[in-house]
Amino acid sequence: MSLLLKNVLAIDGQIDLHEVLDIRIKDDLIAEVGKGLSEDGCEVRDLSGCIATPGFVDIHVHLREPGYEYKEDIESGTRAAAHGGMVAVCSMPNTNPVTDSASVIEFILRRSREAGHCRVLPSGACTKGLKGEILAEMGDMARHGAVAFTDDGRGVQDASMMRRVMEYASQFDCPVMSHCQDESLVGAGQINEGKVSTLLGLAGWPAQGEEIQISRDIELCRLTGCQYHVQHVTTARGMELIRQAKANGLPVTCEVTPHHLFLDETDIDDSYNTFLKVNPPLRSKEDASALIDAVVDGTVDALVTDHAPHADFEKDLEFEEAPFGMTGIETSLALYITNLIKPGVITWERLVELLAINPRKILHQPPVMLKPGYPADITITDPDIVWTVTKEEFESKSCNSGFIGCELTGRARDVYVGGIATLLDGAVTELGKGVDA
Amino acid sequence: MAFNHKHLIDIREYSADDIMLLLETAQRFKQINERRIKKVPTLKGFTVVNMFNEPSTRTRSSFEIAEKRLSCDVLNFGGSSTSSVKGESLTDTVETLCSYKIDMIVVRDKHAGVPRKIADTVDAHVIDAGDGKHQHPTQALLDLYSIWQQFGHIEGLRVGIVGDISHSRVCGSLIPSLKTLGAHVTIIAPPTLIPLNPEVLGVDEVSLKLDEVLPSLDVVYMLRIQRERLEGAPFPSLREYHMLFGLTKERDALMKPEAIICHPGPINRGVELDSYMADNPARSVILDQVYAGVLVRMAALYLLLGGNEQ
Amino acid sequence: MVDISQAKSICMDASEVDRALTRIAHQILEANKGASDVALVGIVTRGDTLAMRLRDIIRDIEGIEVPLGKLDISFYRDDFATYISPELLNTDIPFDIDGLHVVLVDDVLYTGRTIRAALDALMDIGRPACVQLAVLADRGHRELPIRADYVGKNIPSSSSENVRLYLEEIDGITAMAIFDIAPGSRPGSAPLPQKGGER
Repeated sequence: MSLLLKNVLAIDGQIDLHEVLDIRIKDDLIAEVGKGLSEDGCEVRDLSGCIATPGFVDIHVHLREPGYEYKEDIESGTRAAAHGGMVAVCSMPNTNPVTDSASVIEFILRRSREAGHCRVLPSGACTKGLKGEILAEMGDMARHGAVAFTDDGRGVQDASMMRRVMEYASQFDCPVMSHCQDESLVGAGQINEGKVSTLLGLAGWPAQGEEIQISRDIELCRLTGCQYHVQHVTTARGMELIRQAKANGLPVTCEVTPHHLFLDETDIDDSYNTFLKVNPPLRSKEDASALIDAVVDGTVDALVTDHAPHADFEKDLEFEEAPFGMTGIETSLALYITNLIKPGVITWERLVELLAINPRKILHQPPVMLKPGYPADITITDPDIVWTVTKEEFESKSCNSGFIGCELTGRARDVYVGGIATLLDGAVTELGKGVDA
Repeated sequence: MAFNHKHLIDIREYSADDIMLLLETAQRFKQINERRIKKVPTLKGFTVVNMFNEPSTRTRSSFEIAEKRLSCDVLNFGGSSTSSVKGESLTDTVETLCSYKIDMIVVRDKHAGVPRKIADTVDAHVIDAGDGKHQHPTQALLDLYSIWQQFGHIEGLRVGIVGDISHSRVCGSLIPSLKTLGAHVTIIAPPTLIPLNPEVLGVDEVSLKLDEVLPSLDVVYMLRIQRERLEGAPFPSLREYHMLFGLTKERDALMKPEAIICHPGPINRGVELDSYMADNPARSVILDQVYAGVLVRMAALYLLLGGNEQ
Repeated sequence: MVDISQAKSICMDASEVDRALTRIAHQILEANKGASDVALVGIVTRGDTLAMRLRDIIRDIEGIEVPLGKLDISFYRDDFATYISPELLNTDIPFDIDGLHVVLVDDVLYTGRTIRAALDALMDIGRPACVQLAVLADRGHRELPIRADYVGKNIPSSSSENVRLYLEEIDGITAMAIFDIAPGSRPGSAPLPQKGGER
């Protein structure tokens, strides 16, 4: 039995597709794409008004398992991902134990096969324990399924260590991804250094702390030839450095998050909302608008959430005591549609590039196209539904979103992973559990 | 002359009339503090918790005296940052306190934003007795009171604030309230002690040279240098700091004849100012400031707690 | 000048007030066997001005200037939780009251609560030999066991009415007038006229 998705606006810039048609899914593959496909023997879903795209991938997600299952685990994190329209996520290695060995990679992949509601592509640490001192066993991790290496949560502080990481990693088919941050400059920083930090009496976190490492790593990229990906860029100047590196032909890519695009430091007021405490911090309005420019002009390769769940009791602390991070995977698609697509800042083709095409390229994953023979990893979006973000609706175990109360437009309606529906009519399916098996 | 504040947390929420009412009310309490029975029954039956989550003998004593002279029942509570030490969240601690049916929490905390968080959590009145590097509104009020008593007005005065601006909660409240009352504010410090964008606090001018600004100032406000924390970091030595930014006897000659010296205390003699200047009866209002602390805190308690039950 | 045209009735005019004060002054002197131990303390607002007038009358009669003070009872009120007086008042008693015959002076005696507060305030300042009470009007409706030693005039009134004294020195006119209590306003002394331009 096959499934027929009828009357859906199919958008895939890889094959210059942008029209209303039908898609037939048979088993785990796309069987047929065209107008007026026969309904015989098919389960039919009429998706008039909806958009079908290659399934979205979020390459920066903290699933928290193993170690911090009270914040999130692989099941809840991937449920949230499916709810947000994702068919795959790249998990970050700051687990406990740290994902710095093949055994933890194996554990994550096993848990994903058992309970995952989307594909999980684990990243491994660059250095043991994320300490920036000794290389982690990248080769063994790559062999067991790691798709990238990063010490996310921190930058590698020592330049010669970073050089070694990039040199060593370049022998594997994996990028090095970096959270750029010079700890000696950032110190006890709480929020962006500037007007708001001065007014609220919070320790400042200068933009230069990020820019200096981006600059250093670009030079190391020139030296080592390593494929290098800058995680969550937040500053105008940092983005400019990347733009130049790309112009020089260096193998550099980068990503930005919705909170750095659509929020800024002025959203932090004397209510000291800890949900807005993120690492790297919300920057100035000018920085946020420079990031949007970079999304438009192609400098940004991928949109990611840096989904960072924390338990309510952890965020319910003094601002300076609360941990950094906000969740995002269930609101990101709607934020992009509301703030980028609806006002005409970017096209759907560009969004598909940022959420589906480029993320797979960066992680050396095979492409997904809306074309017969390709895996049926498809996101169906209702682009016009208007909804309000509430804590109650999250599938994630945590609700530390900076967007609670926002009215957004657009939302994932259905998600197919290998032909299996993980999300139907906006609800996560039980059938989708273990979809990555 | 309506006073419609429940809390004293952010001095920027107080208008010039609000601040003047506080100062004038403080003046009314002066006579009570100078009688044999230095106590009135006004706040009999009100319970105030002094929640001091970091050590502060001076501010806590000043509040406690103010509370007792108004006949409040006083509970002193705390000692350390509750959330990190005992594993209990601030919210739980405060809700526990409020189960005792208290009327007001006076809070000092090393973390910015704690008084607001408490105010958002419970129904009691909240006074910020200093939160991290953010604000210290009653300190600003006592400074304003002392300046007002000296000059009879605040509008048009030129006030210079010297020292560690970037780590100062005093500045967070004093500068905006001086601006509210129409003073001109210059900050004078080494660049390593000036925060980014000081203009957001209301600073009119930034100067790196004390000697150039001193002759124009009516009020010279010396901030305390945290010896332990700062030496060797933002400036090389206390000796060099004193040389460049200390108020010394030699600098007395540069000051206007009627100019006064303020300091939030406790003084590091030989660092911010030398003993000659600290004890200079013609200029130093440092002890008046301490006394003013009791008066303005009585005024704040009186105005915040009174007239609210409908 | 205050507009008292809204008053229901005028119960004392300027000359009646003068005569009542003169009588009270004589009574004070008689009861205290002269003026030597007497001090006058007027309750702000209006009582202090009445006390000043009484001092002048006593000086004219006896040739002695008795000590004069004014007493602010704001910090001793029993209705603090619901009401703060909008007026910034001050106590000013520039002499030691210990051992003196203190005559408290107020405009209108009503519930007695103001006098209760004034007695407490006075006791925190010192230890007078005795305290007596002089009022220009007693309108009844006592809520506490308090009575006046010297009364200018008894004025029967309803509790829905306000009895207010206006004085030349403050209001530009001298009169004791009865008003209906306007919705939202409080019984008690007439508000001080707003000083124009200040603050």
